[in-house]
Parts: sequence; C-alpha cells; structure tokens
Amino acid sequence: MHELSICSAIANAAAKHAEGRSVSQVTVQIGHLRQVVPDALQFSWEVVATTTAEELTKAHLIVEEVPAVVECSDCGVRTTLDMPILACGSCGSFDVKLLSGEELRVVSIDLVDA
Amino acid sequence: MGRFHVHADGTAHDHAHLAGHAADHQHGHDDDHSDGHDVGDHSGYTETGHTRVTILENLLSENDRVADDNGKRFAATGVRAVNLMSSPGAGKTTLLRKTLEQLSSSLRIGVLEGDIATTLDADQLEGSGAAAISVVNTSAGFGGECHLDAVMVRSGIDRLPLMELDLLVIENVGNLVCPAEFRVGEHARAMVYSVTEGEEKPLKYPVMFRAVDVVAVNKVDLLPHLDFDLKAFLANLTSVNPSARIIMTSARTGEGVDEWCDWLAAQSSSV
Repeated sequence: MHELSICSAIANAAAKHAEGRSVSQVTVQIGHLRQVVPDALQFSWEVVATTTAEELTKAHLIVEEVPAVVECSDCGVRTTLDMPILACGSCGSFDVKLLSGEELRVVSIDLVDA
Repeated sequence: MGRFHVHADGTAHDHAHLAGHAADHQHGHDDDHSDGHDVGDHSGYTETGHTRVTILENLLSENDRVADDNGKRFAATGVRAVNLMSSPGAGKTTLLRKTLEQLSSSLRIGVLEGDIATTLDADQLEGSGAAAISVVNTSAGFGGECHLDAVMVRSGIDRLPLMELDLLVIENVGNLVCPAEFRVGEHARAMVYSVTEGEEKPLKYPVMFRAVDVVAVNKVDLLPHLDFDLKAFLANLTSVNPSARIIMTSARTGEGVDEWCDWLAAQSSSV
C-alpha cells in the first residue's frame, strides 16, 4: 500500500550512489513477509524514477522476491513458508527463527559506462 | 536470462528478469547476492558497457535512523511512547478517550494523532484529560500516506511539551498493513482489534499482528450478537504472535479498560 514511498526510497538510494552517472538497472530484494506488491512497485517505479533524478530516467527496476524461511529451534528443520505463519513445517513448533523473508533493500545499480 | 540464486535453506531458483532488459548485452559474472558483498564493491563487467555497483542499502534505514533519534528524545525527556495501531473503526479513539479519562489524574499523557486528513479524532479527545494533543495529517504529498513514519512523528513531537509528559500515545493511521512496517521510536506497540473484524485477520495481516506487544480485543460487548468464533481468533493470533498479551475490552461498557490502563501505566514506569 505504500509502494510509492518505497519507490521514492529506492530512487533516492540509487540516485545517491549513481553520482551523476546514468543508471540502466536497479535491483531490489523484497522479502515475502513484506507486504509489497511487485506489480504495484513496477507501476510506481515508472512514475517515481523519471521524476526523481535525471540519472534514473532510463533505469529498469528488477524485483527479486525472497521467500520466507524459518529454522525450528526444537527440531532444527528449515522450512520455506508458503503461508505467513511462522511455524516449523516438520514438527509444527512455533519456536522458530526467521532466516529470510523480511528483506527490503536495494542490492545494486548498473551504471552505463561513459 | 535469469539470476540463479541459492537461499540459506538450500533451495535454489531462478529469478526471471521482469523488466525490459536489452538483449544485446550479457552479464558475464556470477552474482549470488550474498550478504558478504562489501558495500560500494565496484564489481564491474566492462565488456558489456555497464558497471554494477553493489549497494545493499536497507530501504528503511533512513526511517530507522530518525526513529532512533525520536527514541533518544523520548529518553532524554523521560517519556515512554506507545504506538497504537488498528484498522479503521476498531475503536482506537474511543478506547483512548476512556484511557485518558481514567489515567489523566495519575499520568501526564500526550497524544500524537495521525490521520490522513481532518482533526476529527483529536476533536473527539477534547476534554478527556490529555495533557497535550498534536495532530499530524499525512495527506501532504501524493494522495495521503497510509501510515505514520518516523519523520512524520518527529514533526509531531516538535509541537509537544515532552518535558511535561510521562507517556505519549501515538495513534497511528487506521490501517492493518502499512503502519506495522515503520518504526517511529516507540517503546511498545499496541493494537486494537475489534471482534466485528472476523477471526481470520491475524492470518491475513500477520505483519501487524506479529509486530505488537499487546492486542486489545475490543467491542466484546457485541459478542452475543455475532457469529464471531473467539476461540478460532485467539488460536490464529497465537499462531502468528505467541508472545502477544491479550486484553479483552469494551470501550463502550468499560469492560477490561482497567486492565488495558494498567498495561499502559506499566509502560510509563518501566525503564
């Protein structure tokens, strides 16, 4: 629901690191436990990227989705979640540690060489 | 071309490139996106005319930095802050009014009201005993934000006499999705859930239900008139947040308001 603000944060981070150079691609990782809709993010990006910085006018947004994975503290089994319920897929315990799924970050930008 | 990608649990898969990637260049390098990359690593692939700059920047880092600043201001002025969240209409403001009426003789409570527009909630708290009320309308900008973030809270507390407060209740924008994502510098997070919302909500909005320390299950006076399955709701809540404290309340009849106020008062005295 706040994809526009997330896109602004992506654009600001990318523009800061571009330091005036033209960006062809921005890669972000979004965990499955983040309530971000990739299509809405792409749509927002078209609006935000072209209006935030000159460097980003040709930049594509690549969204890498990261599955939510938990490790059970009782039996040690790792489970990739298909539901946002933090439980062990093997023994059913709720005493689990979250290994991934909350990512919300800019991984890299690709710069067009001058 | 996709990007092959191995996760911590050993699952591996290929992420297709979603957006128009020019077909005339190739990425001739491994890119496993592990956390081990140095920030600012210029692992170039000059043969393609592009240079990849690894950033690994958390998108919430700026928000979290301001949230930490807010937290320091609360600490310096001896204020404990509670972030109060719910869907629209769960009864946050009504419960807050009852709370202020009950606690204002013993605690100096400030309220930061987040609302997309209007001061209706703040108006409802007039005369309830709040020591100070600050309204933050989030409608500035593109269409109105759906949550309070740390920067909005910072501007709200600029207008509050923090030195004269013991407790600050931050009434977030009514929304079960976005507010849970943004730390604002609070010490505790509470949510008001009403039994008219359906027992499946913890499963549909796990980020919110997982983020809170306490859930006030409100409007319990309506239970006899509803098909609501309280047991199923509590099981769903426990499955997403096993450690949440649960307080049954009715802001209308006053049931459970004492227990809720005790929890809030305990926040203001805990160090």
